[in-house]
Amino acid sequence: MLSYLWGLMIIIGIIVGVFNGNIADVGNAAISSSKEAVTLCISMLGIMAMWTGMMQVAKKCGLVASFTKALRPIIRFLFPDIPKGHPVNEYIASNMIANILGLGWAATPMGLMAMKELKGLNANSDIASCDMCTLLIVNISSLQLIPVNIIAYRSQYGSVNPSEILMAGIIATSISTLSGVIFSVTARKLVSRKKR
Amino acid sequence: MDFIIYVSDYIMPFIFFYIIGLGLLMKTPIYEEFIKGAKDGFKVVLDILPTLIGLMVGVGILRASGALDLLSKLLKPITDIFHFPSELLPVVLVKMFSSSAATGLLLDIFKEYGPDSYLGRLISIILSSTETIFYTMAVYFMAAGVKKSRYTLAGALVATLAGTIASVVITNLVF
Repeated sequence: MLSYLWGLMIIIGIIVGVFNGNIADVGNAAISSSKEAVTLCISMLGIMAMWTGMMQVAKKCGLVASFTKALRPIIRFLFPDIPKGHPVNEYIASNMIANILGLGWAATPMGLMAMKELKGLNANSDIASCDMCTLLIVNISSLQLIPVNIIAYRSQYGSVNPSEILMAGIIATSISTLSGVIFSVTARKLVSRKKR
Repeated sequence: MDFIIYVSDYIMPFIFFYIIGLGLLMKTPIYEEFIKGAKDGFKVVLDILPTLIGLMVGVGILRASGALDLLSKLLKPITDIFHFPSELLPVVLVKMFSSSAATGLLLDIFKEYGPDSYLGRLISIILSSTETIFYTMAVYFMAAGVKKSRYTLAGALVATLAGTIASVVITNLVF
């Protein structure tokens, strides 16, 4: 998918550049953009490493584990079909916590494990279960509380106060997650009513 | 609504205070752990560097050629109906497919208008409240070997739309 998207960007850019007479700028933009990506990553190295360092301390203190435990009632509510004490509960909790803390790369493996377990619970059917739909919708609604990368980009491009958007972002992301949750719960009720 | 900006100033320092304070109380070797975790952060950034180079070159070409201005001019009649800035629509649409391509466009907005402009703030908030839809669905359902995703896409679109509308409303109220 990205191959087409990226390819189109370059092809369309060059064609439009030729017609607009901007072709010299196009060549220069390619060179300066690649340099810019490296500069950006250098400042991101600092902010990202600071964040993952802090999160490692939080993990060592047992903070992440206690958050995972606190999530249990929410998971019971969102995924009523999962048997109690099934390992998939742990996977979903870890996936959500990693997303909330902005450790997206740690969230995906946990989410994939959860999907495989959910498939087993769903008699290995190739049709998604309600639990799978909920897991995906909640994941896509973005749980991340602190968008570390966006703060890094803002600071790199000269924002006076890169973190001024934090609270507004938390409100917006809560609204998107809440809408996703309401949708999932309603859809599950409608589907199970149809079955009966 | 100034207090929303005011609270934002406290969030990160408060998180650090809480984590470090707890670590000290529990006599955890916090500094050693911090160093260990920071190394993981390096790996994460090094992994995104090649993608970022590729996509920033792509977006750079689009911007320099004038294609992005053309696109937002074409979209303007549609976005005006919804009172949404036409410059940001491509970012929101691309974000549904690819997070890194959206990052390339986000950085272009920061460069053109500045991160502290209305557009810069709005897109920061939109991108912190949405996730990539089609990519996430492809990865998760493919891993589980599920072919029919039922109402997942509808739910994901509802959540994304709600997040985007909320971002516009909040940005207008707060900034």
